[in-house]
Amino acid sequence: MAIRERLSGNEAISYAIKQVNPDVMPAFPITPSTEIPQYVANYIANGEMDTDFIPVESEHSSMSATVGASAAGARALTATSSCGLALMWEELYVAASNRLPLALCLVNRALSGPININCDHSDSMGARDTGFIQIYAENNQEAYDNFVQAYRISEHKDVRLPIMICQDGFITSHAVENIELLEDEKVKGFVGEYEPENYLLNAEQPIAVGPYAVSNYYMETKMAQNTAMRNAKKVILEVGKQYGEMSGRTYGFFEEYRLEDADYAMVIIGSAAGTSKDAVDALREQGVKAGLLKLRVFRPFPDEEIANALKHCKTVAIMDRSESFRGKGGPLGAEVKAALYDHAANVRAFNLIYGLGGRDFTVEEAERIYRDLEAYDKEGKAFEEYRYVGLRG
Amino acid sequence: MSYNFKAEMNKPERLAPGHRMCAGCGGTIAVRAVLRALHEGDRAVIGNATGCLEVSTFMYPYTSYEDSYIHNAFENAGATMGGVETAYKVLKRKGKIKEDFKFITFGGDGGTYDIGLQSLSGAMERNHDFVYVCYDNGAYMNTGIQRSSATPMYADTTTTPVGSQSNGKMQNRKDLAAIIAAHDVPYVGQSTLLGNFKDLHTKAEKAIYTEGACFLNVMAPCPRGWRYPAEDIMEICRLGVETCYWPLFEVDHGKWILNYEPKKKLPVEDFLRPQGRFKHLFKKGNEDLLVQFQEEVDRRWEELQFRCSKY
Repeated sequence: MAIRERLSGNEAISYAIKQVNPDVMPAFPITPSTEIPQYVANYIANGEMDTDFIPVESEHSSMSATVGASAAGARALTATSSCGLALMWEELYVAASNRLPLALCLVNRALSGPININCDHSDSMGARDTGFIQIYAENNQEAYDNFVQAYRISEHKDVRLPIMICQDGFITSHAVENIELLEDEKVKGFVGEYEPENYLLNAEQPIAVGPYAVSNYYMETKMAQNTAMRNAKKVILEVGKQYGEMSGRTYGFFEEYRLEDADYAMVIIGSAAGTSKDAVDALREQGVKAGLLKLRVFRPFPDEEIANALKHCKTVAIMDRSESFRGKGGPLGAEVKAALYDHAANVRAFNLIYGLGGRDFTVEEAERIYRDLEAYDKEGKAFEEYRYVGLRG
Repeated sequence: MSYNFKAEMNKPERLAPGHRMCAGCGGTIAVRAVLRALHEGDRAVIGNATGCLEVSTFMYPYTSYEDSYIHNAFENAGATMGGVETAYKVLKRKGKIKEDFKFITFGGDGGTYDIGLQSLSGAMERNHDFVYVCYDNGAYMNTGIQRSSATPMYADTTTTPVGSQSNGKMQNRKDLAAIIAAHDVPYVGQSTLLGNFKDLHTKAEKAIYTEGACFLNVMAPCPRGWRYPAEDIMEICRLGVETCYWPLFEVDHGKWILNYEPKKKLPVEDFLRPQGRFKHLFKKGNEDLLVQFQEEVDRRWEELQFRCSKY
């Protein structure tokens, strides 16, 4: 029987880490992810898990040590937020190009400046091209479920890429919610033992990791990473399906919420999807065919699937919780629009920016966006594109 | 343990020939000397900060290392090897690996004194069971002889060029061995390439086979950067020691030990004169610069003698 609990998102992730019981976890404190290493250190201190925790002196070192541990043949992970992720940016590329299946529990937080500890997605979106798989959660349950699936995806022989399990800072990391946990044996059975093929501590076959490679080899390594990322799509679906068979909660690339027959849709990542779902329900009551696509997997980017899911809609609002300063929208907007174009989905899509630095995103605002999508469609009323939602009056 | 140079030199090389390091490179000699201190048959993982050594010994698809090897980036050789060593402890405890391994990581002075200092300091403070070896050639040689905090005062480098308004680097070099010793690690040794390599060999062996974080600082001259004929490397190193510019000492579990005291301390200009990077010091009118350099060497030598005399 599944265990019913009440946990914060950080507790939920930490509990999943305890159940998976990886080998090595280096980490450095930063709000709001700090609690994760704290919980893990406590589990270790009380003999509930036998991971080795390394209290490193910076996030650059936490990812460096995670890379070292993973290359050595250990199942390794770290956790961070915001500037911590920015500090380890160089190492994210190293982890991915060395094809190390390590995990990073990211608690999304705005990047400085001004310094701000609250949620937005500028940290992980800034790292979107590093070669990490990126999976996002709407709530604590999903954060937990995503972590339990993480190593099955990253360690798969067709993938072998690092994975970032993201959740929204404070909104889910610190909010306590009801959650259904799996039994330890089920988690351990599902995740399995890590059996690396090539690793530093293999006495039979020494290896060298992290070469200097000039122009005649570099490009092929990137192509190989790209192939692995493409392969990850199939693996993510397989693992999500198997997870569903075990837990009753099946996962794919995204969740379609009343999207099937929707005229007006929103594409959104993370906790704000819950807010928008309330708006969808309210509008449906009023006869507006509103729907939602909540993106779970941003890397690999499920472009064809997104285009297919949206192609019947009349207008779409793509919601970005980070800026890309291209003067025209955020990263999700750019990629979803490209997907629509590439797959000839003739849908008018707008890109909006919301929730930066923890700015609240309300049901009323979501409703207004749907109403504007409708007004554009029915009355030809201009849609204020690339708008900042919820700015101070 | 008795040291037999011939026997040591007849051991199989762990840094295979065919790498791309320059002829006469001090770094390569230092690495080979340190690796010889591994007992035959003992397994090791070798780490490396970005630098000459890394780009020249592990150019895909070739590696010069007989042992497993990891290069990560420039500033994180300490943290990286800390991760490797921790993985070893855990996997050993969990019964996933049976064999014993030793861990040695190499960095140049740029990757150690400067950009990698934080990572090194963290790894030393956490007392990971590995040896960090700095091959100190006193500048960023890989990128073309830029000054580092290991560069001695008045050295002519490409970022402290000697010119009509400049006498080269304006600051003294950082005393890294003392900084690491202040981390209260089990063992710190300072050495260089000398005679039959007994000093470096003994220190490397001690560092490798002492449990906990150990550090070696090895002066490893770079003929290109220092501008002396490549074949003179052993003489340059000897003069570094005989002038007390580069004293041989160790800090063994907190105890400072002077390993060598020259019978007749030579003037530092004997060490500086053969090096093109100090050529301007010997021009007429620059006599005071030499005096200052000598004063700094004397001050540090006295300080070291004082530290060592306390035990």
